[in-house]
Amino acid sequence: MINLNQKIYGYRRDNNRVGIRNYVVILPVDDISNAACEAVSNNIKGTIALPHPYGRLQFGEDLDLHFRTMIGTGANPNVAAVVVIGIEPDWTQKIVDGIAATGKPVQGFSIEKKGDIQTIADASKAAYDMVHYASGLQREECDIGEIWVSTKCGESDTTSGFGSNPTVGNAFDKLYEKESTLLFGETSEVTGGEHLIKERCANDAVADQFMFMFNRYQDMIERFKTDDLSESQPTKGNIEGGLTTIEEKALGNITKIGKKCVVDGVLDKAEMPTSKGLWFMDSSSAAAEMVTLCAASGYVAHFFPTGQGNIIGNPILPVIKICANPRTLRTMSEHVDVDVTGLLNRDINLDEAGDMLLESLIHTSNGRMTAAEILGHQEFVLTRLYESA
Amino acid sequence: MIQFIVHDEDDSVGVVTVEGLKANDTLKGWIMDQDVLIDIKINQDIPIGHKLAIKNLDKDDTVIKYGVDIGKTISKIAVGDHLHVHNVKTKRW
Repeated sequence: MINLNQKIYGYRRDNNRVGIRNYVVILPVDDISNAACEAVSNNIKGTIALPHPYGRLQFGEDLDLHFRTMIGTGANPNVAAVVVIGIEPDWTQKIVDGIAATGKPVQGFSIEKKGDIQTIADASKAAYDMVHYASGLQREECDIGEIWVSTKCGESDTTSGFGSNPTVGNAFDKLYEKESTLLFGETSEVTGGEHLIKERCANDAVADQFMFMFNRYQDMIERFKTDDLSESQPTKGNIEGGLTTIEEKALGNITKIGKKCVVDGVLDKAEMPTSKGLWFMDSSSAAAEMVTLCAASGYVAHFFPTGQGNIIGNPILPVIKICANPRTLRTMSEHVDVDVTGLLNRDINLDEAGDMLLESLIHTSNGRMTAAEILGHQEFVLTRLYESA
Repeated sequence: MIQFIVHDEDDSVGVVTVEGLKANDTLKGWIMDQDVLIDIKINQDIPIGHKLAIKNLDKDDTVIKYGVDIGKTISKIAVGDHLHVHNVKTKRW
């Protein structure tokens, strides 16, 4: 049995949140500021640029989500300091102010009336100081319950439902007892099992919020669908792996929240939890979008069970992959952090598999790199709600 | 050696957990919730991760896995048949 009272070594930030990585991020407000951010990141070693395709002419709830995602990403405890670059000063400053609330160093630069070259020079100087600052920080003792852990599965198959997903569920049950802050989501992918999640909600108010998010997503699918989604939910990969219907996929998916955890609260996309416990976040089921939202919500470690072998990573959120499919381990083992194939032939039980995952979480938290980090997977994908104006 | 797994004895289906199984092979299965073993002969080749029927099903029957409804049959399915998108559809969307 794993000892979850052992200390882990993380970076304690000014707002008392704990990070397990220590990035200096160069964050573009909008698509046309990517080039300057990448130039700064190229100039100043020890920084990471997060290019993305959006941030212009968005409005309403879609723009609110853009700001939440940008601010949340910069505010994430895995990030030590941030340079923000945008074309215009106002939206740039709004993101700077949002990140500054955490107390971490953040500085904004806007390109208009200055041009790329001068902006890159000014921002590079700021980034230089931030790398000095960040690289001087030391890891310190923290409790495991201070590590916020999110989960989302991908390229699932039937082995996910027997093996990798319930392994996450077992680990979540154990972390829940340590008063961790946990998260799951994938609103469309609980279709067929929504009644089971509703029953797990802490009270009627939470259950109502969950069903509101669930029905809102169903309405969106009904509005835009042209068939029964058998080409995308389940995906071709899911079907190749043996999953037949969305209901079957959902029931496997839901095993990620274990048997004891209670759903304590519901979040909209990229919102931050306000207390400990297990949170449901309304979110896309597309891997990179969902994991990007988890990072923006403040999560610092991610459990990603897979069957057929999804290879996703994230630039600031370490993604720990768990797999129970022996064919996937045979053909693409470099993408898997925790091999739980033993579950399928009764060599190990679920309790042992859950402990193996928690062992990996502790190692990852203490600084060991995940498969996705070593292989350079840094998918940063923003969720959009509708067209730009 | 376990060759397929069933979540619960009331389920309609089991899942193949090894590669290379051929029609007419008799498979050793494990029902997890009740922790009992069963043997079933399969009628077609079934790839790893895919399902076999462990109960006879009529057209328009509900398919049960994890003890829960996972969709409906669109044709008759016999014990040992490969059960997938060619003979089962979602009830949603």
